[in-house]
Amino acid sequence: MTALVARDVTAGYDDRIVLRGCDVELSAGALVAIVGPNGAGKSTLLRVLAGLVAPRGGTVALDGRDLSTFDRRALARRVAVVPQIFDTVFPLTVREVVALGRTARLGLFGRVSGDDTAAVDRAIADLDLGSLAERRIDTLSGGERQRAVLAMALAQDADVLLLDEPTSHLDPAHQLATLGLVRRLIAQRGLAACAVLHDLNLAAVMAQRIAVLVAGRIVREGTPAEVLRGDLVSSVFGDRLVVVEHDGHPAVLPRAEVRA
Amino acid sequence: MRFAVALPILTVVLVLSAMIALLVGAVAIAPLDVWSAIWGRGDSVSGAIVRDLRLPRVIGAALVGGALAVAGAMLQGLLRNPLADPYVTGTSAGASLFAVIAFALGASVFPAALPVAAFAGALVAALIVWRLASLGGRTTVLTVLLAGVVLSSFTGAIVTLILVASDRIVLRLRAVLSWLLGGISVLDETQLALVAVIVIAATVAAIALAPRIDAFAFGEETAATLGIDVQRTTASILAVVALLVGAAVALGGVIGFVGLVVPHALRPFVGALHARLVPACFLLGASTLVLADLGARIFLAPAELPVGVVTGLVGGPFFFALLLRQRRRIVV
Repeated sequence: MTALVARDVTAGYDDRIVLRGCDVELSAGALVAIVGPNGAGKSTLLRVLAGLVAPRGGTVALDGRDLSTFDRRALARRVAVVPQIFDTVFPLTVREVVALGRTARLGLFGRVSGDDTAAVDRAIADLDLGSLAERRIDTLSGGERQRAVLAMALAQDADVLLLDEPTSHLDPAHQLATLGLVRRLIAQRGLAACAVLHDLNLAAVMAQRIAVLVAGRIVREGTPAEVLRGDLVSSVFGDRLVVVEHDGHPAVLPRAEVRA
Repeated sequence: MRFAVALPILTVVLVLSAMIALLVGAVAIAPLDVWSAIWGRGDSVSGAIVRDLRLPRVIGAALVGGALAVAGAMLQGLLRNPLADPYVTGTSAGASLFAVIAFALGASVFPAALPVAAFAGALVAALIVWRLASLGGRTTVLTVLLAGVVLSSFTGAIVTLILVASDRIVLRLRAVLSWLLGGISVLDETQLALVAVIVIAATVAAIALAPRIDAFAFGEETAATLGIDVQRTTASILAVVALLVGAAVALGGVIGFVGLVVPHALRPFVGALHARLVPACFLLGASTLVLADLGARIFLAPAELPVGVVTGLVGGPFFFALLLRQRRRIVV
């Protein structure tokens, strides 16, 4: 069973401390959502989990082995990251973008093995990109591009999947469709996953657990029903929001008087 | 167009360009005589013109053009900047500064001195541009251009200072100036062979690095999560670029825009993957400069234009067109 565990992590940039004493535990088959106000350190936490930012205190370990002992190539075979930025100035096709996910497994001079081709084909099929495979990525819509970058991460065949605001460029229907797909893949393949999400309602529906990050500290962690309660939501996001129950999930809505 | 089709076409174009450049010149020589002269037969005058003047010049132009185009493709890929090339980033200017210093110190008696000095200058300049460009964690189109402008004018000032102050150069000012403005001048066969070895080895290295340059398409951080050791790969790319630019500057001075235009002209046909782009750039860059150098020889014949003037006349407007197209992407 794959487990990526961060214990008492403190991290930051230069003389700025962004995270203080954070504990996060990702386990196979489950999605953990990181939510919190802007500037709370959500993306930094994801970068620590990806091994991109080394913690100043505490540890991050993949199956008990410290992340700092992996080189980038070895780590890329275990941990895949879906980036938030997916703008590129060069006209790669969708298939070429997905194939970038195999970078860590290519031979000398970029020799492609049968496994590489199979993984790329499978990722393209998983995200229903078959009809777009030969299209240039800069000619796609935001949602299609998002799927292409997600397919790139899946082609890595990693067992940990980290997503930085994977739905920020999508309309509500595509947000649900994309996260639903991610959730299904996580369950089917036993991926340990973590997503930074802005939308609390999406987090409530899609994630098994939610961690609320405020000013660099995780103030609450648990199932959506345990975490998304009126007192916490108003203390973290302000008292203009109200929590109601909808379809068995907590749902966060603006209070009526906000409009006045 | 498929790569398997593009590559033979580009090879044929290069061979044709080289043949035309060998046939045309200030002295009219019949095609058959050129052919026999290449193989060391025929009369001695046309033999000397073809073998000692035209052939080294054509080979030199091909090497310089190929090197600049490959370096341009690598810089554009690394900096994710469609406007980057050895000229615009000031890498060529850095190489020329070190080459002029070597010249002023009298090092030009050694065939390896100019390429080595130019390599060092290109490496320093490429490192400076890359550092400036990645300040604040994000490489933007504009900072790269600004860094290039600053580097070019700063090194230009020092070069002028050395030209005026150095007794050694003043005697040969005209030759040094025309080289600086971009003119293929092959000193001897040893230098040409040395440059050929460097350019071919560096181009092979560029093809080996190609998949890693591709991984930079979404930025350094994504390159890292895809399994790239960003620092080591960046260092390798900059070193290969410096080898190419150093070799090109040693032979041809500062020639603008070949490295900018050629990758752009090719991407619509061979795609953006560097494993295809790099060899295609080498071939088309070589053809481009062979033809530009031919133009430089015949436009004002018997007088000769610096080839940098020819590439500048064609490349300058192209650069402006690209800049206008990039307007909406530019982040200050």
